[in-house]
Amino acid sequence: MTKKDNNPIVSLVSRAVSPFIMLYALYVIFHGHYSPGGGFQGGTMLAAAVLLVRLAAGGELGQLQFKTSWGMPLGSMGVLIYFGTGFTALLLGGNFLNYHTLPLGSDPAAVRGWGILLVEIGVGLAVMGILVAIYDHLLEGDPL
Amino acid sequence: MKIVNYLILIVFCGLMFFAAAGLPERGDPNAPMNRPKSRAGSTEAAYYYIQHAKEDAHTDNMVTVILADYRGYDTLGEETVIYTAGLICFLLLRKRKKEETP
Amino acid sequence: MLDFILGHYAYWFTFALLVIGLYAMMMKKNLVKKLIGMTIFQVSIIIFYISSSVKWGGTVPIIEPGDMEKVHHGMAGAVEAAKYINPLPHTLMLTAIVVGVATTGVAFALVISIYKRYKTLNETELLKRMKKEDDNDSD
Repeated sequence: MTKKDNNPIVSLVSRAVSPFIMLYALYVIFHGHYSPGGGFQGGTMLAAAVLLVRLAAGGELGQLQFKTSWGMPLGSMGVLIYFGTGFTALLLGGNFLNYHTLPLGSDPAAVRGWGILLVEIGVGLAVMGILVAIYDHLLEGDPL
Repeated sequence: MKIVNYLILIVFCGLMFFAAAGLPERGDPNAPMNRPKSRAGSTEAAYYYIQHAKEDAHTDNMVTVILADYRGYDTLGEETVIYTAGLICFLLLRKRKKEETP
Repeated sequence: MLDFILGHYAYWFTFALLVIGLYAMMMKKNLVKKLIGMTIFQVSIIIFYISSSVKWGGTVPIIEPGDMEKVHHGMAGAVEAAKYINPLPHTLMLTAIVVGVATTGVAFALVISIYKRYKTLNETELLKRMKKEDDNDSD
């Protein structure tokens, strides 16, 4: 099994299935309030959807969906969203990471619910970006 | 030399089994970590989180509320750990242009 | 005696897994096998915490749809706590799993760098080559 002949069936099926895995991962992130799930689990599934295409199709086709240079900036953006939520709560009068001072409604308990959702989105993006970046840099010199 | 290594492993294994015999029974609802009040008189953390998670954040899932609201600072530290790991992999494995060994 | 064994057998299995991981880290000479031992060690600690947080007769720590109405209508709050298992070790172990993944990634990056420089993955051979480079440099 040389590295140059990729099986066309495996390549096609993995490219067709990958968007559905991403959709299910988004469902897991957003339903972290009502069922098991949350930021870390959904972020790992998003990274798995990208890595499936890179492993099965490889080379040029693997770069079309998610370029290698997008990995680390996406991770940095996720950490900034988390830190920004906490810092906004500090600037508007409360303590750091105390969500009831955010301007998202009037009932403090409901505002805490929305703050948890924002923070989970930040965590999911960060985990996805960093896992794809680690895979890409571990595989740098290998011709595929 | 190898005999000493194996002996250390066996002694460590025996010590861990003896320590495990002193732990409370698995699954006991009256174990010290599941009680309403600790021995010093203050409220236990797990009991407080189960009672008050729904009314504090309008969320059914207790684990998400603990992770992102009651203990949100630990989650921030953990994201920093992941970010540092990604940064190390990026910096260690770049292609360097001039430092190839001749 | 049977109660004692039924209450503690899970802890003994987890500590056996811990000693297997420690054996792989100490006794094997290949660097990748040592890393596999480190991963087994971390996983055994995660399993220990999660298996010690159950309660007999309890369920998943997500509030059932009928429970909050009972609390609002004035019945005792203690009926809630005995029905759900302890959520705190699950939260701590989520963090531990992700930290384990990050540590494994960094460890493999270091192994790749070592292989590019010294062209071997055996521990005794690696130490010999490092000593030879040190002797050559100090001459």
